Formats: sequence, C-alpha cells, structure tokens
Amino acid sequence: MTEATAPLETKSWHRRHILDVDDMSPEEFETIFRTADAMKDVLARPIRKVPALRGQMVVNMFYENSTRTRASFEIAAKNLSADVLNMTASASSVTKGESLTDTIRTLEALGANIIVMRHQLSGAPYLAARHSHAAIVNGGDGWHAHPTQALLDLYTIRERKGTFKGLRAVIVGDIRHSRVAHSNIWGMTRLGMQVTLCAPPTLLPYGLEKAGGMMPEVAVETDLDRAIQGADVVMTLRLQRERQQSGLLPSVGEYIRRYQVNETRLKKAATDALLMHPGPVNEDIELAASAAGGTASTIDRQVENGVAVRMAVLYLISGRQSEL
Amino acid sequence: MKSILIKNGQVIDPARGVNGRYDVAVTNGSITAIGQNLEPGDNHKVIDAAGKIVTPGFIDLHCHLRQPGAEQKETIYSGTRAAARGGFTAVCAMPNTDPAIDDRLSADFIKHTATTEGAVRVLPVGCITRGRRGERLAELGELAEAGVIGFSDDGSSVPSARLLKQAMEYARGLDLPVLEHCEEAGLAEGGQINEGIIATRLGLAGIPAAAEEMIIARDIALASLTGARLHLCHVSTRGGVAIIRQAKAKGVRVTAEVTPHHLTLTEERCLNYDTAAKVNPPLRTPDDVTALIDGINDGTINAIATDHAPHTDNDKCCEFALAPFGISGLETAFGSLMGLVAEGRVELNRIIECLTAAPAGIIGPGHGVTGSLTPGDPADIVILDTAMEWTVDTSQFASRGKNTPLAGEKLTGKVIMTIFGGDIIFRDTE
Repeated sequence: MTEATAPLETKSWHRRHILDVDDMSPEEFETIFRTADAMKDVLARPIRKVPALRGQMVVNMFYENSTRTRASFEIAAKNLSADVLNMTASASSVTKGESLTDTIRTLEALGANIIVMRHQLSGAPYLAARHSHAAIVNGGDGWHAHPTQALLDLYTIRERKGTFKGLRAVIVGDIRHSRVAHSNIWGMTRLGMQVTLCAPPTLLPYGLEKAGGMMPEVAVETDLDRAIQGADVVMTLRLQRERQQSGLLPSVGEYIRRYQVNETRLKKAATDALLMHPGPVNEDIELAASAAGGTASTIDRQVENGVAVRMAVLYLISGRQSEL
Repeated sequence: MKSILIKNGQVIDPARGVNGRYDVAVTNGSITAIGQNLEPGDNHKVIDAAGKIVTPGFIDLHCHLRQPGAEQKETIYSGTRAAARGGFTAVCAMPNTDPAIDDRLSADFIKHTATTEGAVRVLPVGCITRGRRGERLAELGELAEAGVIGFSDDGSSVPSARLLKQAMEYARGLDLPVLEHCEEAGLAEGGQINEGIIATRLGLAGIPAAAEEMIIARDIALASLTGARLHLCHVSTRGGVAIIRQAKAKGVRVTAEVTPHHLTLTEERCLNYDTAAKVNPPLRTPDDVTALIDGINDGTINAIATDHAPHTDNDKCCEFALAPFGISGLETAFGSLMGLVAEGRVELNRIIECLTAAPAGIIGPGHGVTGSLTPGDPADIVILDTAMEWTVDTSQFASRGKNTPLAGEKLTGKVIMTIFGGDIIFRDTE
C-alpha cells in the first residue's frame, strides 16, 4: 500500500455479505470509498496486483448474462490474487431439480470463500446468504438491487464532485425494472443527495407517493425537460426493447422524443453536471451518442472505477484487511 | 367415547343465539341436551370445561388437501388431522388436485378416502370446468349427485364471462353455489406480492388489488343476471369488500369468505423475501386489513376460511419468484384470530359465528353439517382456551405443510379439544 492512502481504518467492518446498499451507513460507504482509493493506487502501479486474497477462492456465479460486471469482478479478484472460478448457470437448471441452495452448498464444498452472484430473480442472493458460509456479493438481482454498481457510481460522483451533500441527481429511464436505479436511490439519498426520478408513468415504481419509510423520499417527474433543470448528476438507464413489446411504451421513437438525454437537454442541467450510465448504452436511444461521448460523460470512468470498488468490496468482506 | 358430558363451559352457539354457561350432553355421538347442572349418565365421560369456551366444531369452507396428486404436501389423512388440531370438524376440499375433481369418479375417491382415512368430515368441492382449464363445463350434475357442496376452479378464475354465466345458470338448477377465486389473470400475470411499495422495495412484480376487484364485480353482475348463488373466496381488498357490500344491499345472492392471514398479516411480512408469507391472493396493506375486519363486523363478509395450502419445505426454500403460493393455516387459524379479539377489533362471538354457523349456512342442508349444537345434531364440538399462550411449533403440526409465517410466534388462544361425532379426536397435551 502506498503512504498516500495508508492507514485504512477498516477494523470496524463487520459486514459479511454485500446484498444491497439500503442498510449501509454513511460511515460504511466512506470505508468502501477509502478502500477503493487505496485500490486505485494499486491499479496505478506497474504490477496491478496485491496478495490480499491469496489462497481464497472467488466464484463468479452468473445465472444471467453479463459482460461488464463479470469481467470487472474477475479482474478485481485476480488483482487481489484470489483464485477465480467463473460459472454460468441458467434458470433451467432449477427446473432440472438443481436448486440454488444445492449449488451454494456445492460451491462451498469446492472451497468457495466469496460467491459473486448475478441472478435474474429478485432476492436470490438473500436466499444464498441464508444458506451460505461463504460471503455473498450481489452482482445484480432481478429488478431489486445492484449494490456494487451503485457503489461505483457513487464513488465516481465523489471523485468528480468531492461531496454528495446537496447534489441533485435525476435518474432517467426504466426505473421500475432497474436494479441500478433502486440501489442508487438508496445510496444517493443516504449520502445526502436529492433524487428525482424521471420516466413515463409505466416505467415508474409503484407506491412511492405512500412509501411510509419503505423507500427513501424522492421527487417524481414525467417531463424530462423539467426534471433535468439544474441537475448535478444525470443518470440514464438502459431501455430494454421488451418494454415496448410488453405494452409499457407506445414506441421506441416516442421514448426517444420524450426521454432521450441529448446535448440540448443536457444544457439544461448544471454547467458541470455529470452524465452517467451503467452501460451498455443503447446509443441514440436512451442516450444520444454525442452526449455519451461528450465531456460530461463519466461512462468510461465508471467502468474503470468499478474494478477498484469491487476490489474494495472483496477485500473488506474477505476478512483479510491486514494483508493488503 | 361416544357419550360425553361437558360441564361448566361457556357455550357459544351463534346459530341459536346461545352464549352462556351450560353443560353439553353427548350420547352415542349426538348432542342430546344443553342445560345447566346436567347429570352424567352411567356411560358418560365427564369433561370439566370451566373457564373454557365450548362451541360447535369449526367448518372450513376452503382448504387444500392435495390428494390426489401431491401427497408429499398433504393427504386426506394428514390434512384432516391438522384440521382436528385446529378445531375443524368439517373441511371443504378444493378440487385443484391432480387429477382435478371434475367428475363423479374423482369426487367418489375423495369421499371414500375421507371415510376410510380421514379424521373429520371432508366435503368435496367440484370443478366448474374440466381439468380447471376454463374451456368446457365439468360434469356438474354428476358432481352434484356425488355430493359436492359447490363448484370452483380455485387457483384461478373462470376466464370467460360467458362460460361462467353458463356455469352459474347450470349450478342454479342444481341449487349449489359457485365458489370463485377472484383474480383477473392478465392483470395479475407474473405477480408475486401485492402491487405497491413493498413490491417496489423488493423488486418483485405486483398483483394489483384491481385484479381481484374487477372479477368480484364481474361475477356479481353474472350472479345478479343468473340468480345463482355466488360465493367469493378469500377476499383481500378494500375495494372488494365495498363491491360486495353494495351487491348485498341490492339483494344479490352473494356470500364471501376471508382468511385468518388476510385479517391479521400485511404485505410487510414478505420483507426479507420470506416465502412463507407468499400467498395468493397476496397479503395486502393495513388499510385493506381494516376494511376486511369492517366487512366481518358488518356482515359483508360472511365466513372465515383458512385457504390451508400446504407445501413442503423444499417447495418454499427457493427464490421468492419460484416459490408456490400458500400458507399452511388449519392449525393456527383460531390462535391468530384471537389476536383480533384481544385488540378489540372483532367480538369473539362473531369469530365463532364465522367459523361455524356462517359456513354451514353457505354449504346448506344435506351435507351433514349444521354449525350448531342443537340437540339431535352430530356431536361436532370444539373446546377452546382463549387465555392459553403457546408458541407455533411447526414440528408439532399434523399437516405435512410446515409453511407458515407464524412459525416461532407466540399466540394467545388455543384449541384444546376437538370432538367429532362424539369421539375426542384431538386433545391438547401441552
């Protein structure tokens, strides 16, 4: 570890699993961010590798297709010298009689210490955590949560803005079905940001007007031109084509007209606004290619920071904090 | 023991307006007298029920015994013993078995197995449509001859309004009710829990209250049109209660039931992805619960039925979206309902009425249940201790289904004895 980032005060870290950010304290966020700072220093070295997780096995168990998240976790684990096992599973294995709990037990028997899990069904990592001695990291579950994506988004905001307090974010797109949006809503509000959700009503979550403490207080706006006014962070979400097929949208063209973030709309945001997207971008659908490649865009930076943040998460839950 | 004298209990028999301290005499399996200071005959076993409640045996309008087809979840043997532990002496078995109960042969199988293996009376419900596929009418007349108490495709609504109208017309001729599961399939498709903030929090697809309410409204319109007896199963929404209340005021022949879990639990039970709380219709909001309780109190909702839906641990130990719907409810029904009495939200007398006289009235005569302790009736009796505290220990369940969100919870109020046809079939030994 370099002197610039030492010492890390991570002794207070007691969390075994990373399932969501909804119950994280600001202090825990800061611990992760500071650990990610240290990991970025590691990534700046000629040899981007430390022995922190040597002898530990990280299993990437992906029940759903993913390139970015899986590659990011794999690189993060390898940078920490962990042994990495990549597994793809399909929901069909369930119908063949192989349950998730069976799979978890098998992986444990094979020596898994940390299981990174992507699953198309909400809550699956919680089931895994209940039945696992290994640490579970939620790599995205259904429509529910994507905690490491939110952490890397927040880390990128912190890096660019230096603070969260008082910043106003607008999240644009299919919020109802977005695990990225859900985790960011929790993380952003917990750290002092104001959040506006902007989408066609068919893509907005249910019940926010009577949340009763079940979800953070957020503003809701269906007009993007109003929502984006003065925003410090503009986060766009990938539009799944199936939303039109399932009748949630009249047409992709109409969506583009009403909800695409482009340079003209971006000018209505704060002059130093960040433009974020979890990727992969449907260019010229939810996000104009020119905006995606513009100076406000943090898309590549998010990907880059993702490795450091995931290294931090793996490191913290590994119980090897003294070995960096 | 067919002859029993139950002494000094508080007898509550809403069918006859009885609520007071009486002795109940049972001779050769039938109620022979209710009065004060009755003397036992030579062959009478005397049971001291001082401080206890004595009521007619409970009647469950709606349960799933899973036989034939899913005996790993429940059988008529295990399900009726679970019923006995819950104070039920008669249970109506829904026909969504495999094969479904859609002809005489299958109905006869239920009745025969119940006679040879059951601990309590089992009253089969026949399908409305063949195989519950919603395409053609089942053998309704044949099922009626076999003794079903009504017709239901429970688990789903009859999708076609035309077909349901025809079923109602036919059922009316047989003087049997149509028991409908109210859920508009398209609107509820893929839904896991109540549509609202909890579904949003958990990232689960929701089942909107309107999916239930629009079928209730449709079915009431058809009952009004045909003059058929319509019984609405497991009502769960404020809007549903309001529509039924309006229909009753207009004189439509409609009755309704609610489950103990919809009266006592809310959607928040699903937090942490607890599949034990996954049930269809889903647990709703506190506002819906209040409306259901109001419906019980003003008579809009007639009866309380368990919708006992046992599953194996394996079935429920999985991702929330893959878990089957259902709560194993027979053995916790009374204890959980007593919470409403303790909170002053429903009178004990009304709870007993909803478990005895009301379901008997919906089933009607000719099926051997009266829901009363009238001399001459079969001695189906339950003795209750309203003050007994107990912890729900699913390992003690007679049901094969241990799936309940109440596992490990303390309840106050317990069934301590169940008597069926003069035989003591359950006695609490705690």
